[in-house]
Amino acid sequence: MKPRTMFEKIWDNHVIHEEPGKPSLLYIDLHMVHEVTSPQAFEGLRMAGRKVRRPDLTFATMDHNVPTADRFNVKDPISRQQMETLTKNCKEFGITLADLNSPDQGIVHVIGPDLGLTLPGKTIVCGDSHTSTHGAFGALAFGIGTSEVEHVLATQCLQQLKPKTMEVRVNGELPFGVTAKDLILAIIAKFGTDFATGYVIEYTGEAIRKLTMEERMTVCNMSIEAGARAGMIAPDQTTFDYLRGRRYAPKGEEFDKAVEKWKQLATDEGATFDAVVEIDASEIAPQVTWGTSPGMGTDITKCVPDPESFENPTQRKAAYDALRYMGLTPGTPMTEIKIDRVFIGSCTNGRIEDLRRAAAVAKGRKVAPHVHAMVVPGSQRVKEQAEKEGLDVIFKEAGFDWRDSGCSMCLAMNPDVLSEGERCASTSNRNFEGRQGRGGRTHLVSPEMAAAAAIAGHFVDVREWLKDSKEVLQ
Amino acid sequence: MKPFVVHTGVVAPLDRVNVDTDAIIPKQFLKRIERSGFGQFLFFEWRFTPDGKEIESFVLNQPEYRNSTVLLARNNFGCGSSREHAPWALLDFGFRAIIAPSFADIFYNNCFKNGILPIKLSEEQVDELFKRAQSKKGYQLTIDLQEQVVRDDEGLSYPFEVDPYRRYCLLNGLDDIGITLQYEDKIAAYEAKHNPMPSNLQ
Repeated sequence: MKPRTMFEKIWDNHVIHEEPGKPSLLYIDLHMVHEVTSPQAFEGLRMAGRKVRRPDLTFATMDHNVPTADRFNVKDPISRQQMETLTKNCKEFGITLADLNSPDQGIVHVIGPDLGLTLPGKTIVCGDSHTSTHGAFGALAFGIGTSEVEHVLATQCLQQLKPKTMEVRVNGELPFGVTAKDLILAIIAKFGTDFATGYVIEYTGEAIRKLTMEERMTVCNMSIEAGARAGMIAPDQTTFDYLRGRRYAPKGEEFDKAVEKWKQLATDEGATFDAVVEIDASEIAPQVTWGTSPGMGTDITKCVPDPESFENPTQRKAAYDALRYMGLTPGTPMTEIKIDRVFIGSCTNGRIEDLRRAAAVAKGRKVAPHVHAMVVPGSQRVKEQAEKEGLDVIFKEAGFDWRDSGCSMCLAMNPDVLSEGERCASTSNRNFEGRQGRGGRTHLVSPEMAAAAAIAGHFVDVREWLKDSKEVLQ
Repeated sequence: MKPFVVHTGVVAPLDRVNVDTDAIIPKQFLKRIERSGFGQFLFFEWRFTPDGKEIESFVLNQPEYRNSTVLLARNNFGCGSSREHAPWALLDFGFRAIIAPSFADIFYNNCFKNGILPIKLSEEQVDELFKRAQSKKGYQLTIDLQEQVVRDDEGLSYPFEVDPYRRYCLLNGLDDIGITLQYEDKIAAYEAKHNPMPSNLQ
């Protein structure tokens, strides 16, 4: 048999029907559902008199609208209606729902892996672009629109044109104090926000193999910000160790059998990708974005760029527009940019490890008086675990606002919103105009960088601080 | 879904790269549970001031573009969130076609599900269209999906590529679910053979 990439193996395993000139019919193993992109899909089913084909392969939660301060007091009547609609739809169609009362509730891309719903070799979809997160386990996972949500509910399949494959090879090792978030931000800054449009990325190389599962999820999560349909990392011992014992993962002997199968998923020697790009991890520094597109980022040691330095006229104009919106002057050192708000959380960086790292920086320090800093765990389980470890106490003593779980200020659909002109260090994934609130200015960073910025009141090179934290941690 | 065969309409030039779906339809409008009525919120933060007044300089607020049905844009249009509210808002406002050098994948796909035709042309061709749309009031294009060509009444004619199956579905306004359900026996056979869950969810 011709050598195949991991993507091709998973794709081939799930094709139900194909004929030349048409999209393939692909079977979907896991469909995750949330309150924002599903109501019109359920309505479509009802109007056509259709059922959910496999409620047992469907799992729902509410995350986008959920208040993080007083979670049961949903003041916005339309938000409340959207959550009530999901509850009603799940009941009517027989779908398991982790609602606000459930200890399993959380951001859909945090709870899937945490519960062991996300497994290697699966096809996973959700009406949410950051579904690419689940690819960290060697699954083929991608975001879909509401019409496709309806299609999967009705048929457990999707019509898909086969995407192309791209290898993003990360050579070398990430230097001390440089995180997975910096890696993916650096990849997007280097190659652009659409370099992977039409492709499924497989991340390979020494630096990737050394990442923990949480870190791999951060990388795969932001594949969409590179334009990719999905991002994947081949499963290995790190993956298997993470999955063993998770609630929905196979148990006992079944698990060992599954591991043997999962090991076969890795891309074969000699398989070819449609495109390959490479980056040297050892040259990456902590990243901060300066603009309104995730690709507009730079090293913490550098300055806000001069739009005139962009040769392409469209990019030059975009840089001028971005700096105007962000209220930044070319040539300002990144470390001199003052901030008003900090958001630590999201499906990119709201996992237990992210909180541990931010807490290590925050420990024994105080948030700057003019800064409001918020920590929003990615799920209620992450919150519980963090509290077990005393991270909440570290954060609270440092002056951080410790919240309940949800998407929160990543997209500001709930009450956590930036005001006009407020500047935020955010561990989320998008710095688009108005994303965190109309006129709000978002700088994307790692959890460590966000925590350090909260304390200093401006961006700092967290590597200087981490040397001390390392001693504290040991 | 409304079929798309031939469409003629006024072109609105939106001269920005990386127009994301948050800009197309901001999140505060994603809470509705219907598919309709999103047009009033299209490009909300570019169209209106915080107190609800129209921002005159924004293209869709200019009298000659109020009734435009063809949107002209730059690279990576529709990037970001998968929200199908973006094409719903564009369609509800009246847009039937979008022309850009490139589109984000999920948005591109969502357009076809809603009877909007996204057309990829080269950067040079898009530059030329911007020139024409910005210099001539009420500049119109005719988009012929049957012939796969974009034309104006001054002799411009740009052929475009579109996946043949997507073209077929759009020309006929076909419902994907109906098509897939024709293969129900194959789906059932797959499920019987593969037992898609390594462990039962419920």
